[in-house]
Amino acid sequence: MTADFNFNSLIWKELYQRKGRLLSGLLTISLGIAVILGIHSITSVSKQLVAEKLDLLGANILVLPQGASASDYYSADVDAPTIPEDYVEHIATSMLPGVDNLSPKLSRSIQINDTRLILTGILPVNELSSKPIWQSSDLMGIDLQTACGSAKQNESTDSDQKQAIRAIIESLSADEVWMGSLAAQELGKGIGTTIDLEGHTFKVTHVLPETGTIEDSRIFAHLHTVQELLGTGAQISAIEIMGCCNAISDGLLGKLRNILPDTRVTSIAHIVNTQVETNRMMSRISIILLIIIIIVGSFSIGNYMWANVEERRKELGTYITVGFKRYHIYKLFLIKSTLLGIAGGIIGYTIGTLAAMFVGYMFTEMVITPVAQNLIWSILVAILITTLGTLYPVHRAVRIDPALIMQEI
Amino acid sequence: MFSLKSLTKTYIHRNENIHAINHISLEIQGGSFIAITGGSGSGKTTLLLTLGGLIRPTSGLVKYKGLDIYGLPPEKIADYRNNTVGFVLQTFNLIPYLSALENVIVPLLILKKSNIDKRKRASTLLKKLGLSSRQDFLPRELSLGQQQRVAIARALANDPEVILADEPTGNLDPVLKIEILDILHDLNKQENRTLILVTHDPDSARRADRVLNLSNGEII
Ligand SMILES: Nc1ncnc2c1ncn2[C@@H]1O[C@H](COP(=O)(O)OP(=O)(O)OP(=O)(O)O)[C@@H](O)[C@H]1O
Ligand SMILES: [Mg+2]
Repeated sequence: MTADFNFNSLIWKELYQRKGRLLSGLLTISLGIAVILGIHSITSVSKQLVAEKLDLLGANILVLPQGASASDYYSADVDAPTIPEDYVEHIATSMLPGVDNLSPKLSRSIQINDTRLILTGILPVNELSSKPIWQSSDLMGIDLQTACGSAKQNESTDSDQKQAIRAIIESLSADEVWMGSLAAQELGKGIGTTIDLEGHTFKVTHVLPETGTIEDSRIFAHLHTVQELLGTGAQISAIEIMGCCNAISDGLLGKLRNILPDTRVTSIAHIVNTQVETNRMMSRISIILLIIIIIVGSFSIGNYMWANVEERRKELGTYITVGFKRYHIYKLFLIKSTLLGIAGGIIGYTIGTLAAMFVGYMFTEMVITPVAQNLIWSILVAILITTLGTLYPVHRAVRIDPALIMQEI
Repeated sequence: MFSLKSLTKTYIHRNENIHAINHISLEIQGGSFIAITGGSGSGKTTLLLTLGGLIRPTSGLVKYKGLDIYGLPPEKIADYRNNTVGFVLQTFNLIPYLSALENVIVPLLILKKSNIDKRKRASTLLKKLGLSSRQDFLPRELSLGQQQRVAIARALANDPEVILADEPTGNLDPVLKIEILDILHDLNKQENRTLILVTHDPDSARRADRVLNLSNGEII
C-alpha cells in the first residue's frame, strides 16, 4: 500500500478520508445524470409512440390524379380520374430516400344489396406493410413495426416476415377478396363464404380487424382483377406512400412532384406536422433540461468543491510550502473532479437506465433496453459537470496565501 | 548566503499601513545559526516566510547565493521552497490522513524519482529521528514530540541547505523542547545547515551564533 504511494495517492486518500461528504457530492451528480438519462429515454419512447401512431394510420403521402382531392379518392366515384399504374414503377426506380413503401390502389364505389361499398384493388405485399394495424392481428401473426425504417427491416432482416407476406400474396389469387369488418358485417359475410361482384364470384379469405376508418367498408381484391372487372385498363386512382417523417420535412413531396409532374402529391399534413412538432418539442425540452442540470449540477459540485478547498486551506498551504506548483494544485482537484465524474456517470447511468426501464414498462409497456453508448455520454456529461463545478474553487485554491500555514487550525 | 536589502513588507489593513518588516538589511552566513526574537507582532514570522519564498516583499530584495529570489518565475520559487529550504513550524502541519512515512514523502511526490527511492529516503530520515517503529502511524496516533520529529524529517526530505523554524517548540513541554532543539542544533552544527530559528525562549536564543531582536518590523 505505502510502497505505491504517489501523487495520485494524495487524491485517493483524501477522497477516502472525507467519504461522507464525497457521497453527497456523488449523489448530486448521479441524480442529475439519472434525470437527464431518464428524460432522454422517455423522450425516445414518446417519439417511438408518436411514430407508431403515425404508422397505424398507414400511408402518409398520397399521389392523386391532377385535379383530384383526397375526398374524391375516398368517395371513389365512378368517373373519378385515374393515373397510369406505371407511375409506381417511376417512383420505385427513382430511389428517393425516405420512400418506405408504395401502395397503388384502384377504388370504385359499388352497390351491393342497397349497401354502398368501395371495391379496392391492391397489390397485397405493399398494402400489407403500409397498414401495420392489420399486420398486428393474430390472423397474420406479424408483429407491429414502427414507422421510419420498418419496411426496410421487413425486406432485409426478418426472413420470417418475408415468408408470411409471400404466403399471403399467394393466397390472394384472382378470385379471392378480403373484406373490411364493416363490409363483412353489412353483407353478412365471413371467411369461407362467397360474394358476387360485377358478375364474378369471389371467395372471402380474410375479414380484416376493425380500424374505425373508411378502410372498414372496403372490399379488397387484387389490383389487376379489379382493373379487369371495371375495364379501366392499367390505371389506378392513387398511390399511397409510406414516407419517412424526416424525409418529408426534407422536401420529399417536392421531389415526388418533380418525378410525376401531372399528379397531385399531398401529405396527410397535420399528422406529419404533429409528429415533427412533437419530436422537436421533446428534443428542445431535453436540451433545456440538460442545460439546467449541467448548471445546477455544476453549482452543486462547485459548492462541495468550495467547501473542500476551504477545509483544506492549511493542507494546501502546506503543499505550497514544500514546493508544489500551481500546476500540482490544479492536478489535485481536476483529477479528483474527473474521478467524481466517472463515478457519478456510472451510478447515474445505472439509476437512470433502471428508472427508465421501470417507467417504460409501467406506463407505456415498452421494452427499454440499456444502451452502452449512453454510458459513455453519461460519464462525459458528468465529467463536464464536475469539471465546471471545480473551476472556480480550484482557481481559489491555487491562490491560497501560503502564509496561513501559521494559523493554528 | 542570504543577503537582504532594505526588505519591507507592508500590509494594508482597513486603510492603515502595517509595516510587518520595515527596511531590513542583513547578511546571513552559510552554516550559521540565527535566532530571531521579539515581541508578538514584531514581524518574526513575516521575516522567516519572506526568507522561505512564501511572502513576496513589498519592496527590497532577498538574495540567496546572489540570486534575487522574488525576481524568479513562480515555478522557480516553488523549486527553491522544495529543495533549498525546509520549514519546521509550531503547528507541525502534517497531513492528517497520511502516515508518518507518507508525510515525509510529500515533498518528494513532485520529483521524478522512483517510488522506492522516495520511500527509502523517507524511511532513512524517520530512522535518524528515532521513529522507525512509527512509520505507518497517522499524525493523531503520535505524541506531539513525535509529530514534530516527523515534520523535521519532512523538512529534510530534499536535503535542504537552510532550515527555517518558527517556534518549533512552542507547543511542547520543557523536556520535548530540549529534545527538538538538540535535533535542530545538530542539523546546524553537524550537518552544516543554516538554521534560522524564531523563538520566544531565551535558552534557545542563547545557543545561536547570532540573535536578531525585532521590534515593529525593525532589527534593534
Ligand atoms: N495577512 C496579514 N494581513 C494584515 N496584517 C498582517 C498579516 N500578517 C501579519 N500581519 C501583521 O504584521 C505584523 C507582524 O506579524 P508577524 O506574524 O510577523 O508577527 P510575529 O512576530 O510572528 O508575532 P507572533 O510572535 O505573535 O507570532 C503584525 O502586526 C500582524 O498583525
Ligand atoms: Mg509568528
